[in-house]
Amino acid sequence: MDKDFAARRRRDLIIAAVLAVIAALTPLFVKDVVVQNILILTLMYAGLSQSWNILSGYCGQISLGHALYFGLGAYTTELLFTKFGVLPWFGMLAGGVVSALIAMGLGYPFFRLRGHYFVIATIVIAEIGLLLFHNWEWAGAAMGITIPIRGDSWLKFQFLRTKLPYFYFALALCCLAWFVTWWLEDSKWGFWWRAVKDNPDAAESLGVDVFNSKMGAAAVSAFLVAVGGSFYAQFVSYIDPESVMGFQFSLLMALPAVLGGIGTLWGPVLGAAILIPLTELTRFKFGGSGRGVDLIVYGSLIVLISLALPRGLLSLFSRPKKTGAAR
Amino acid sequence: MGLLYGLIAVGLALIFGLMDVTNFAHGEFLMIAMYLSFFLFAFFAIDPLLSAPLVAAALFIFGAVVYLLLVRFAMRAKANAGMVQIFTTFGLAIVMRGLAQYFFTPDYRSIPQSWLGGKTISVAGIFLPEPQLVGALVSIAAFAGLYFFIHRTDFGRALEATREDPGAVALVGIDKNRVFAFGWGLGAALVGLAGAIMAVFFYIYPDVGASFALIAYVTVALGGFGSVFGAFAGGIIVGLVEAVTALVLPPSLKSVGIYAVYLLVVFIRPRGLFGSI
Repeated sequence: MDKDFAARRRRDLIIAAVLAVIAALTPLFVKDVVVQNILILTLMYAGLSQSWNILSGYCGQISLGHALYFGLGAYTTELLFTKFGVLPWFGMLAGGVVSALIAMGLGYPFFRLRGHYFVIATIVIAEIGLLLFHNWEWAGAAMGITIPIRGDSWLKFQFLRTKLPYFYFALALCCLAWFVTWWLEDSKWGFWWRAVKDNPDAAESLGVDVFNSKMGAAAVSAFLVAVGGSFYAQFVSYIDPESVMGFQFSLLMALPAVLGGIGTLWGPVLGAAILIPLTELTRFKFGGSGRGVDLIVYGSLIVLISLALPRGLLSLFSRPKKTGAAR
Repeated sequence: MGLLYGLIAVGLALIFGLMDVTNFAHGEFLMIAMYLSFFLFAFFAIDPLLSAPLVAAALFIFGAVVYLLLVRFAMRAKANAGMVQIFTTFGLAIVMRGLAQYFFTPDYRSIPQSWLGGKTISVAGIFLPEPQLVGALVSIAAFAGLYFFIHRTDFGRALEATREDPGAVALVGIDKNRVFAFGWGLGAALVGLAGAIMAVFFYIYPDVGASFALIAYVTVALGGFGSVFGAFAGGIIVGLVEAVTALVLPPSLKSVGIYAVYLLVVFIRPRGLFGSI
């Protein structure tokens, strides 16, 4: 079993490296800006979903409020940038730290809640954040912040002529989130998380530090999501509360993982690779009519997949019978 | 207002209490009910007050069908059961919103002249808008009816028993699916009633459900999932808190008070005010 596990981990790492190289080469062949845009968003959501998956998938604490961390990352970066001229790179780091700290602060009361109470608390806290930013004059209130153009450079993390640098950053972010997940999967925390998810009481009685392992998951997860938020803010160069902290982000982060396979290493990547292009294309094709066809397609898909494949698409590839014990 | 929140929430509480499923499409059920009473008014000039039972009946069927077609299967899932339920009902919500946009367009609609619209009544010097008053009365009646129904009738006992132990219930010849479908229908009918009354004094648009749904979840969780009385009490608390917050904070922040009270309550009592275990 142990040998299997080690072999699987090595195989995962090799597959990831190959995929990353292939992804890095795609811009050589794909010159269309619309397609590049979709690729950037796909990579970003893959990264976000992977980060969400750490807390909600591995550790089993289903959060539908991760938009809070996404928005905090975006706002911290841009407020530092526009008000104090701090470079987005530092802002990104600051946003991550702020989000991780807030996630841990919220963890104290939240992790006592179970099941639906926890889920609703996460939605509620993100909604409070949204309303506060809506009313916070200094942070632009409902008008939001337009990120001023300060040139075209890696230093300022702004690119006017080409989307390629954004693409590579999104790829890097996605790889980072994947690698962190891969690394944690085999760590003490990884095993603790799975124990906490399966049966918190049993885990506690066997000496797992349930509370602290949840805290760890929340901090890592929030940090990575906040970095994603900073990236998004620079990428679209305009933020307002609804566009970075809206409930839809909490969902969009969760869905790829759910679709691909929650609590798995590859689920979020696979889910994002299918879901995001599909979302963008349906919106591109039908969204303009304003008649909600994109919503119908998208919603039906979610219902069908969650009913037909409760373990996610990934379960199609795993050999039957073997999965239960191995994972 | 609080009693109406309670009425919206009690259907949710019933469904949750019955089988541990949270219906994340609850707000969309409300939206459908509002549209139904709008169209009954627009095409047949039936006042929402009269059409309320019709809407409730229609929603009853809708709720039962949703259970039989979707939720029944979602409950069967062995892996990630919680996730499957959340995302099945969520997906349904998104589809319903999309369909509403498709068929009804995203325009805002309202019922211009109903019997109650815009009228106020003066009770001991306090002016009360009539629609809200009627809403409050209907809510109280619905709560009383539901309470009686669950605790005094055979079917209510069957519901309770099925929730306690589905296996044993099957042995005495009660069809679990029929009981649950009935429960879903009842939950939907209650939100249908709420929708019909609210159609009189709220704008009707495809996303209207979303703005009430979160408050409904908060109301239910505040009272404690699975407790009818809790939903009633939760509704009143939410209504009061909203009114008080509106006095001290800008109107756009009035929901913050509700959310803050919710968080406070569950931190002290992680199972809500009247929740068991």
